[in-house]
Amino acid sequence: MTTKLFGTKVNRVEDQRFLRGRGRYVDDVLPGPTLHAAVLRSPHAHARIRAIDVDAVLDIEGVHAVWTYDDLTGAMAEPLPLLIPHPTLTHGRTQYALAKDEVNYVGEAIAFVVAEDRYVAEDALSAIVVDYEFLPPVVGIAAARAATNLVHDDVPGNVGARMEQENGDARAAIAAAPHTLTLDLDIERSACMPMEGRGTVARWDPDSARLQVWTSTQTSTGVRAAVAAKLGLDLGQVDVITPDVGGGFGVKINHPWPEELLVPLAARTLGRPVKFTEDRREHFISSAHERAQVQHIEVGYDDEGRILGLDVEFWHDHGAYTPYGLIVPIITSTQLLGPYKPANYRVVFESLYTNTVMVTPYRGAGRPQGCYAMERTMDAIAKDLGKDRTEVRAVNFIQPDEFPYEHGLVFQDGRPLTYDSGDYPASLEKIKKLVGWDEFEQFRAEMAAEGRRVGIGLACYVEGTGVGPYEGAHVHIETSGKVKVATGLTTQGQGHATAFAQIVADELGVRFEDVEVVTGDTRRMPYAVGTFASRAAVMSGSAIHLAAKRAKEKALRIAADALEASVEDLELAEGKVTVRGTDTSIDLGTVAVLSNPLRYAFDEASKAATQFSVGDPGKPPVAEDDEPGLEGKDFYSPERSTFASGMHAVIVETDPLTAEIRILKYAVVHDCGHLINPMIVEGQIHGGVAQGVGGALYERMAYDESGQLLNASFMDFLMPYASEVPESIDIDHLETPSPLNPLGIKGAGEAGVIPSAAVFAAAIEDAEGFPITAMPISPSELFALRKRHAPVVEEVAQRPSRNSSVEEPRDEASRNHPTRSTDR
Amino acid sequence: MKPAPFAYVRPGTLEEALEALAADPGAKVLAGGQSLVPLLSMRLAAPSRLVDINGLPDLDRVRTDADGVRLGALARHADVLADADAGRVQPLLPLALANVAHATIRNRGTTVGSLVHADAAAEMPVVLRLLGGSVDVASVRGRRTIAADDLFAGPLESTLDHDEIAVEAFFPALAAGAGVGFEEIARRHGDYALCGVAALVERDGDRVTVARAGYLSVCDVPTVVDLTPALDDGLDDATLDAAADLALDALEPADDIHATADYRAQLARVLTARVLRAAYDHAGSRRAA
Amino acid sequence: MTEETHDVRLHVNGATYDVSVPPRRLLSDALRHDCGLTGTHVGCEHGVCGACTVLVDGRPTRSCLMFAVSAQDTEITTVEGLTNPDGSLGPVQQAFLECHGLQCGFCTPGFLTTITAGLAENPSPTRDEAREMIAGNLCRCTGYQNIVKAVERAAELGSAT
Repeated sequence: MTTKLFGTKVNRVEDQRFLRGRGRYVDDVLPGPTLHAAVLRSPHAHARIRAIDVDAVLDIEGVHAVWTYDDLTGAMAEPLPLLIPHPTLTHGRTQYALAKDEVNYVGEAIAFVVAEDRYVAEDALSAIVVDYEFLPPVVGIAAARAATNLVHDDVPGNVGARMEQENGDARAAIAAAPHTLTLDLDIERSACMPMEGRGTVARWDPDSARLQVWTSTQTSTGVRAAVAAKLGLDLGQVDVITPDVGGGFGVKINHPWPEELLVPLAARTLGRPVKFTEDRREHFISSAHERAQVQHIEVGYDDEGRILGLDVEFWHDHGAYTPYGLIVPIITSTQLLGPYKPANYRVVFESLYTNTVMVTPYRGAGRPQGCYAMERTMDAIAKDLGKDRTEVRAVNFIQPDEFPYEHGLVFQDGRPLTYDSGDYPASLEKIKKLVGWDEFEQFRAEMAAEGRRVGIGLACYVEGTGVGPYEGAHVHIETSGKVKVATGLTTQGQGHATAFAQIVADELGVRFEDVEVVTGDTRRMPYAVGTFASRAAVMSGSAIHLAAKRAKEKALRIAADALEASVEDLELAEGKVTVRGTDTSIDLGTVAVLSNPLRYAFDEASKAATQFSVGDPGKPPVAEDDEPGLEGKDFYSPERSTFASGMHAVIVETDPLTAEIRILKYAVVHDCGHLINPMIVEGQIHGGVAQGVGGALYERMAYDESGQLLNASFMDFLMPYASEVPESIDIDHLETPSPLNPLGIKGAGEAGVIPSAAVFAAAIEDAEGFPITAMPISPSELFALRKRHAPVVEEVAQRPSRNSSVEEPRDEASRNHPTRSTDR
Repeated sequence: MKPAPFAYVRPGTLEEALEALAADPGAKVLAGGQSLVPLLSMRLAAPSRLVDINGLPDLDRVRTDADGVRLGALARHADVLADADAGRVQPLLPLALANVAHATIRNRGTTVGSLVHADAAAEMPVVLRLLGGSVDVASVRGRRTIAADDLFAGPLESTLDHDEIAVEAFFPALAAGAGVGFEEIARRHGDYALCGVAALVERDGDRVTVARAGYLSVCDVPTVVDLTPALDDGLDDATLDAAADLALDALEPADDIHATADYRAQLARVLTARVLRAAYDHAGSRRAA
Repeated sequence: MTEETHDVRLHVNGATYDVSVPPRRLLSDALRHDCGLTGTHVGCEHGVCGACTVLVDGRPTRSCLMFAVSAQDTEITTVEGLTNPDGSLGPVQQAFLECHGLQCGFCTPGFLTTITAGLAENPSPTRDEAREMIAGNLCRCTGYQNIVKAVERAAELGSAT
């Protein structure tokens, strides 16, 4: 394979339209005179709906229609699909497109109004009167576990699922281990928070009885199937087009959202295009969150820190409904293992209902929590044994000669958890060098001399990427020599049009500029899964590579015929097929003409083709095993996931007086196999790290006891600005290729965010000298922890203020429990 | 997130604006709009009419003389911040203004608007109060001057009557021998501060004759505390700590989702010491210069 | 009750748009829907994210915090107005391309307008000034490092012309 472009920094083709303001996001799509929708959402976390009065709504000028549950029929009146059922999800529940009888979180959709514009639609919402009977809300994991109140009457204990996996006998191993310790950890909610919220536009064409849907999704084929099923349409009547998407990060893989069904329903009913554009407040209370877990870890280890038995129990807050099944906690429970091989491992989780926004994957999808559990454990073992934290990790690593490595567990895709390749000791050496691990104590001493307090943290992760089942691609070489590529998964900023074009240009020997890639359009590729789980490059990249190869094979076959040469003697380069070592060649466009027996001479390529003759005159113009056109189509369906890995290290400074936390250095070693475009991969890492910084130090969903989200705005949900992220990130790559796909690549999309909670907790703990067991952590919380640990911390600069010196430790302080450690 | 309907007038003269405001008890004044428009979009406020004063003549002026700085109702934060004369006569203005939100908000938001919005978490109300400034207001009934100490009635509540427009604010000049300091700590750069402190110190030699500090985000209203008694024996770590104690006696920090009351108190303590020292040094450097 | 509308003349990127809008129509919506200039994006509608930032009389301004009726008699520049007269990318746009300063592209227009004005005021910013210049705009994809680089690169490109 020529690898001219693969592996090089190629500027992105999609940037041209984005930079000129010509991106086409769903709110920019205007298929004719369009009506606009708004949704009445529950202001209460838990209530029965006694009655809904919409009488006043239709009197408002400009209002066209209003729907409540009672107006829904057929499949639309059924609950939304539970996308990924699992045998242990014994009590899965999903919401209705519009609430039936009961609401279970603030933000749940109750009524759908369509009006001339969004302003009027919002006016109409305030004219709807709902009579609620309040029910006691269940907010937070503690309340869910206590189960004094139930979210769903028919779900005992608020437990949606209980799942257990074990490899070996963890409890026996711990009982027999020379050292043991126990950790109780806590991690809070955050959310994907793409800059563009959700949105859907639909147009019903009565002439062809077809529905066109544009939606900001991570899976156009999924939405297409859902819309057809719910609206009672044939699949062939529905096209779903994913335009430019302003960020996804996971929240747009869940589908169908109520509006993705209600907008098409309204468009068909009213005979006018209808648009819904989610606003920011709606995105906070009506999309999805992730991360919240409480974890209890017991571990037994030998004198070197080698884990003999690891027993993890955790409670996962999945919010009010479970449309995405158990993917997040299953990933936590399996990917928790990271690069390590504990001799015995047992994990049990309960996935719990609360009266809050539902939980579906957010970049990392359960891995940040798993990494946090494992890496905090490693740090605790090192502290207990008085060993360097990197040494304890090193003795637990899976070694490079142990791949493929089987963990004896079942992964999220239902397949055995088997790592394909990696080199963790090499990564560790790189990260130590990159962050200056061995020189840190000297740095700490220098800073201490200036009265400054610093700490260093390290966290390692392994990420299953490129999960199946498949992706496909279609490659079409046109008679102009230009190449049109379609793959079904969607794009939310990953630069697919560039990275995939690099693969095709290399394979076909055509100019990069001549390759155009389309994603997420069911008219172009109706079979696809979606963009999530760091799978696009692996899955569609491989499928595109295979499809391009098929097109290439056909091109060479036809060219060989035309040039009266043998295929082995031909090469494809610069848009031509050339007989190697000669100047005899044929343009790829001409080959495309020859591939199609219908030859009206529309263009120069057609005329040029007249000098060649191909095909067997004794056979039909299109041979039995052939098709007209120079195309290739193929699918890539791997046996199992490929496992990327990496390590992050951070040096933080904590202010002795104000407890502000500053990042002095952030280092990343990343192994995603071969890099298609290093510029894009590094961009993914930068973005992931920034989200990780947000999740570790700034962002949380602040619910009160009644289930109101107190910070549902960018004012109070503290997404980092440029001023809050590391000024630079030191990145080093390791490339251990995956043996599972033809390009040797692994996914890279989520990596940057996985170790954040772990690595910041470690660094702050190192700076402060007391355990950090609850994340995220704010200066206010760090300050409270200092007070709580004051007797063991020297040189505490602050003293209690007069107003609050008699106060009990605050709740948030008590979230960080000291680690209990017992030697036997 | 779209505003509810309202009627709109954009008067060409102050008199017309005052009449429009007086004629509709549900009317509100629109100046920079950087605080008002989000409230409208979230439908937390729904005035029947907006009286847009952006077309009024001469209200965008920043006038500086030896007495102090006079800001018209349409003087944008950015203009005041960039006004070298204003900064020379009252150096606390640029010190504080640099902390008002982000530059883009300062381009449109007005300083006078921020004063009458009366947000205890905002920078300029407490600055006005610390400096002993005032606001001139006009209505169809006439004009009056409200001293800063009388301007703030409660959380987000000024003492302006409904039909009054604040047309000008006056920030007194910094006296010879006086110095100022300002510092705040926010979760993110540009956010409302968890705590902010402005200080004014007057010196006679090494002796502190006046020390006052203004606090934002630690009380329901912008609050100024006289700390002079704590610094009778000069300014050192011990007296600064005493000054912070004195301040905390007068403050009522509260919990919110970003910080506990206890932490706010700590910030008030730390910042009090820092800005008093900064103001003290500033006073010294001005005397030397 | 029919809502009152106002005839407003908007001057955007050197062109004139005569629109009839209710007073509550946000400038961001007027630009997008009435003028058809969908390059300006709406990310939060409460003035925090900066995606909707346009230049009003040369100054970066949140178009979601202004009403279209108030924009009468101003000169507005949106992202569509940042290209060179010959249609090539302007220096800030070119720098974003070279430095991979964007991923999903949704926040990008607000950054481009903000930086364009920022560099007009300070043509050769330090690293800290470059960060400060963009510190009022949210991006969820890039982590900002490449945007800061793009500010510096745009300064280079700008000084070369």
